[in-house]
Parts: sequence; C-alpha cells; structure tokens
Amino acid sequence: MIPLLQEIQDQYGYLSEEIIVKVGNFTGLSTTKIYGLATFYDQFRFVPAGKIVLKICNGTSCFLNGSQSVISRIREETGLTPGQTSRDGVYSYEIVTCMGGCTNGPLLTVNGKYYTHVNPEQIPELLKKLRYIIESD
Amino acid sequence: MEDLKKYLTGKVLMYEADTLPPETVKVLSQIRREKTDRPVIYLSSGTSSKIAGSEKTYSAVSTYITENESKAELVMVGCTGPANFEPMLAVQLPGKNKLFFRNITEEKVEPLLNGVFHNDINKDDLIGQHGSTGFELWSGIPFMEELPFFAHQKRVILGNCGCYDPESIDEYIARGGYRAFIKAIRHYTYEEVCDIIEKSGLRGRSGGGYPTGLKWKQALNTASSSRYVVCNAKESDPGAFTDRLMLESDPHRVVEGIAIASYAIGASNAIVFFRRGSEHARNRLQKAIDSARDYGILGHNIFSSGYKLDIVIRKEPGAFVCGEETALISNLEGKRGMPKLKPPYPTSSGLFGKPTVINNVETLMNVPVIMQNGPEWYRTLGTAESPGTKIFAVAGKGRLSGVIEIEMGTSFRTILEDIADGIRDGKKLKGIQIGGSSGSFITPENLDLTVDFEAMKEQDLGMGAGGFVIIDEDTCIVDLVRYYMEFMRNESCGKCIPCREGTGRMLEILQSVIRKPSDDDSGTTLERFKGVMQLETIASVMKDTSLCGLGQTAPNPFLSALKNFREEFEEHIFDRKCRANVCRGLRTFSIDVDKCTGCTVCASKCPVNAIYGTRLQPFFIVEEKCIGCGICYDICKFSAITVK
Repeated sequence: MIPLLQEIQDQYGYLSEEIIVKVGNFTGLSTTKIYGLATFYDQFRFVPAGKIVLKICNGTSCFLNGSQSVISRIREETGLTPGQTSRDGVYSYEIVTCMGGCTNGPLLTVNGKYYTHVNPEQIPELLKKLRYIIESD
Repeated sequence: MEDLKKYLTGKVLMYEADTLPPETVKVLSQIRREKTDRPVIYLSSGTSSKIAGSEKTYSAVSTYITENESKAELVMVGCTGPANFEPMLAVQLPGKNKLFFRNITEEKVEPLLNGVFHNDINKDDLIGQHGSTGFELWSGIPFMEELPFFAHQKRVILGNCGCYDPESIDEYIARGGYRAFIKAIRHYTYEEVCDIIEKSGLRGRSGGGYPTGLKWKQALNTASSSRYVVCNAKESDPGAFTDRLMLESDPHRVVEGIAIASYAIGASNAIVFFRRGSEHARNRLQKAIDSARDYGILGHNIFSSGYKLDIVIRKEPGAFVCGEETALISNLEGKRGMPKLKPPYPTSSGLFGKPTVINNVETLMNVPVIMQNGPEWYRTLGTAESPGTKIFAVAGKGRLSGVIEIEMGTSFRTILEDIADGIRDGKKLKGIQIGGSSGSFITPENLDLTVDFEAMKEQDLGMGAGGFVIIDEDTCIVDLVRYYMEFMRNESCGKCIPCREGTGRMLEILQSVIRKPSDDDSGTTLERFKGVMQLETIASVMKDTSLCGLGQTAPNPFLSALKNFREEFEEHIFDRKCRANVCRGLRTFSIDVDKCTGCTVCASKCPVNAIYGTRLQPFFIVEEKCIGCGICYDICKFSAITVK
C-alpha cells in the first residue's frame, strides 16, 4: 500500500482526493483507511507543492549554527508554516533533519540546489530572486 | 566486459584456496588501478562533497582533460570521511603515491592539475600522500596515515570508503569483496555462520548493543517456512550521517553483509529500509544490488549452492518512530508505523508473523570483515566486552567534522582533541552530545571515558547510533534540550499516552522557562514554577511506562542535561538569565549612549518598533516592547548595542 502511494506521489507530486478514491476502488479499501495511513507519514502531501520548494536543514549541527533564525525569517517572509504551500502556488517549505552537510550549515535547498552557510539576512533577497525567475519563465 | 565478469566470478570468487595465484593478483591490482601507465584523478562524490560543489569540480576536471588532450582518467570515488576537506581530489601519477588535495572548487582545478603534471605542487591545498609498497614517494609531503585526523582512527570498516568507485562491482571484487559470502554459502552451514559471528562478539551498533550472533540464532531456531532480514538504513536522527556515508561510499559491502546475514538465518528475502531524502545513497545501493544480481551473486541458485536470495529496497515515508523494530515491521506490512508490545520479539514473530532479523547498516558492514579474517582476529580489536570499532559522525563546533571510525576503548578526549582538532575559534568546550535526539551529554570532566558499551552503561550513557555533536560555550543547554524535545514531540506516534502527552507537556514547560518574563503578572510565573517542579517526575514516568524506545529515551537529553548542567537550568528559572545569550526571551538589549551616532538603522529594522530617538541623537530601547530578536545587535555598525 505504502509503495503504491509513494509511486503516485512521485508521479503527480501530491495525493489528490480523486486519486485516493480511485486507489480505494482499486484496492477495495475505504478512503478513510487510506487517509488514515497517509496522514501518519510526513512524506505524503495533499495539496500540490509550490513551484519553489525550500527545504531547510534543522539537524543538530545546523541548529547550533543558527538554523532557527533562518527558519523564523522564512516564516516571517512567506507567512507559511512548514509543509504549507502559499496561495499563489509559488512557495512551499519543509523542515528536514540532517541532509549530511554538517560542516556547511545552516543548509537550505531550493528545488534540489544547495545553498550553504545561509544567513537570515539573505532570505528576503533570495526569495525575491527566486520569484523573479519563476515569473519570468 | 563479459570476459572480465566471467574471469572475476570464475577465477576469483570461485577460487578455493585463501591466497590467489600471482597472475590473478596482478590482474586484480590492475583493476584497482595500482599499476597504470596514465595519471588517475579521483574525485569524491558523496552528499557532503556534492553540497560543497563537487559536481562543478567534476565538469571542470573533464573539461581540463579534453582541452589538454590528456590521457588522464577521472574516477568518482566515495567520501573518505573529513567533511571539511570536500570536495576532495586525489591525483595518482604512474608509479607514484597518490596525492590528496582539499576544497578543490572548479576554479582551482586548472592551476592545481597544471602544477601536479609539471611537478610544481601547490602546498596550500595539499593534505598528504598515500600509497602502498612499490610506489615512489613524494619527498617532504606528510603521509595521510600520519595526519592526526587519520592516525587516531582504526579504519577497518571504512577502509574502502573513498578508495574505489562505488558503482563498480569489479573493483569491489578486486579488493577482496564477496569472497566471504561465496565461501560462506559454499562451505559453511547456517549454524556455522551464526557461530562465527557469535564467537566474534559483534554487538548491534544501533544503540542497545545486543549480540548479533545470538539474535541470528534465535531467528534460525524458530521453526518457520520463511524468514526475513531487514537492513535498517532509516537513519533520521538530527545530526547523524554515518549510514549515508557508508551506503554512498561502499554500498557493495552493505550488500555483502546483508547477504551473509540472510544466509546465516536461511532467509531468501532481504529488505533494505531506506530513509527518505537520501536519494544519492539509494541509487548507489540499487546499482550495487543490480550488478550483484547480474554477476549471479544474488538471485536463484547462487554459485550452484542451491541458495536463493533477493534484496529489495523500500522507501520510508517519513516517520521517525519507524526506526523502532516493531514500528518498522508495521510500516513494511503497509500499516501505520506504530510500535507493538514486545515480546514477541521480531526474531520469533516479525514481518508477516515470520522470524525477522533487523540489523542496522553499521552492524552489517562488520559482518564481511569478520567472515574474511575470522572471529579471533576480530576479538583482537577493541575491548573484551565490546570488540571491534565504532563509527561516529562528528559534527557541531569542532574544527574538523566528518565520519570517523575508532577502535572501541578509545577515549572521548582523543576523538575531540586529536581527531576533531579541538573547538573552533578557540572557544571553551561545554559538552559532547552523543546518541542523537535521545542521547545524553558528556561533560568536560568526563572526557576520559572510553567508547565501550559497558563503561558507558556504568555512567548511564547510551551509545546511540553514531551522533557525536560538539557543543561549545555559545550554546544554551536549555535551548538545545528544548530543540530535542520539540523534535520528539513532532515524531511521537501518539499510540501510548506517556509519550504522546509527556513530550508535549515537557516541551511546553521548557518553552515557558525560556519565554520572556514580561507577562509575569498574569499568573504565568506560578504556572511556570509548578511546571518546572513536575519536569523530573514527567521524565521518569515517561521512561518507565512508554511503549517503545522512542518514549523511553525521549527524556534522556533533559535528564542528562539536568544532571550535568543544573546550575544553567537554575539560572534560567530563578535569575531569568541565559549565559550563552541564546534564549531570545531572556535577552535584554541596551544602547551605549556614548557610541550611538543616531544613524536610525536599528530603529528602522526593529520589527516591533521598540527603538526610539531623534536622528543624530543617541537612541534608546523600550524594554517592555522588545522581543529580544537581536536584529539591532547584528546590524549596528558602531557596536553601540550591548546584550545582557
């Protein structure tokens, strides 16, 4: 069941209501059962991810090097809590534990690209730049 | 290519005697690139190198090779361990020792390679040289093995990491790989393999230290139609990255370890339970499994022994509690990953009710080494009760960080002072946090403690999975404990009440300890004190009554911190002061009237408009409004703002 949902998420980016009903018909399970399973795990999202996905490392090493102020800065700038997507579908951000770059923390990835030694002061400009890139595409 | 495969499987893996004939050894050394007529450039390619920019270095080196029409060969290898040196690049000229260079970003590639090829070596980026007998030495260049970072390590399991291309099975076989597994399935019975592991005294490296051989025997002795081996690669503790490095740099050894474990209990299916987010490691392991299948090392009737094995990878969908054995099994069965009451232990009734052995990556990495060299040899490493080595992910405020392997019985002082080279920026050590989010603290007075299951148990410390975080005086212990508790609160599965409610309550109380005291008149002071009085009780109840390891160990950081840093907690509670100036709510800022030029920068940046004043006159801060964010402190160019 879990690999099935993982494949669907990889394909579509999120689990929509329609898909969960379809999965239920296919497997013969009730949708509540499937929701119950999927909501337990952090991986599954039920709204599409934003065009810009920020992942901030909050492992111990990054925490010691100041990831908390980066996170609160992003929260202030975007007004989102982790796992949410902004209404215009541009930003979403997640907090992860340890990406393996402990010497270069605080660490931030934007759509898979790494930013090392992130400083909260850089955040507003970075977000502006990213939005510009997305909008000009 | 097809010939090489036939050669390696037929002449090397199937070869019965312990020592190979000289002509085979010669071919193998060629595969290991020991005797080459052209220069070889090795570039590390793990996650930490990727983060440091190794992909750009890779394209820069390839461009250099094509532009200069050089014959040089570029090989991607795994990580050697020191994360500060990434991207690490090594150059081996024909017949000469390998030279290692650190932090080679793309712009450094051309001058560096020009230098090496024309015998003019840039000493700034040089780390050292490494090679085996029969190679010409570089004079005046230190050996890698003599550098403090490596000299105090004992690299038995990590020996291959950073030396070979992890995507090439040929190289692994040329380094002696898979011979232990083939020997086991052709010459030993299930019990004999279990016996060897039991005799070696190998203990599970996931924290509990349960004897691995005993675990296997329990599974083997349970009557059942099928059995399973699960490799637990779900390493998701904040600050732990040892498994990831091993899987990225030496995936074949993990495959071999799983294969031997599966044979030892007679399992024909093995599952690797992978952490979400380490795609790089997963791809490498998948490639390793595929090529092993291609060589007939996995699959049906392996090397005509009649033994069948297949390994599949399952992705973990994101829940910390799934690292716990029974929760992991629930997850693999397609249910919510919640723990169950033990016993029955997984070795008697695990996955789908069948006997299941769950070992973590580090434990399984030990297995091929033991099978190759024998249990007596393994016993010579480490201490009597805990033989072997232990791998730590050194991170935090040390001067060097990365993945290290030390012999059991090494003191924490050696790791801190010799391997990690002390604390960054000349700060003072506050403590070392080991064992990740459910681990405990080692104080500076306790540094002579050795890494050993028994010695650490005496001090009430858990070995943990390999986190080793160095904390300096700039870190607030209360804040750190709160951080761990927040992580635990988020990851508690919610099945049992002590853990679900306990983590939540403890977090609330810890948050109230570091909150700003300005709202004290509304009765919160009383609440806070009541909470603080209860903290220890909650912690001990959680420890005693929680269902699984997560809840039982969740209060560990707090209890250990309270034991070792009680005065810091008291300062927070009674004096409302944070000595490291980390806790936002407890900081007060003031402006030095003599230094302030009235530039208005701080006032314009203050998020709550707590700074007042007239232009070109000294400003002042209204304490009641201030939230202690510290933006003004960071932004003031005249260091006129002081923090208390």
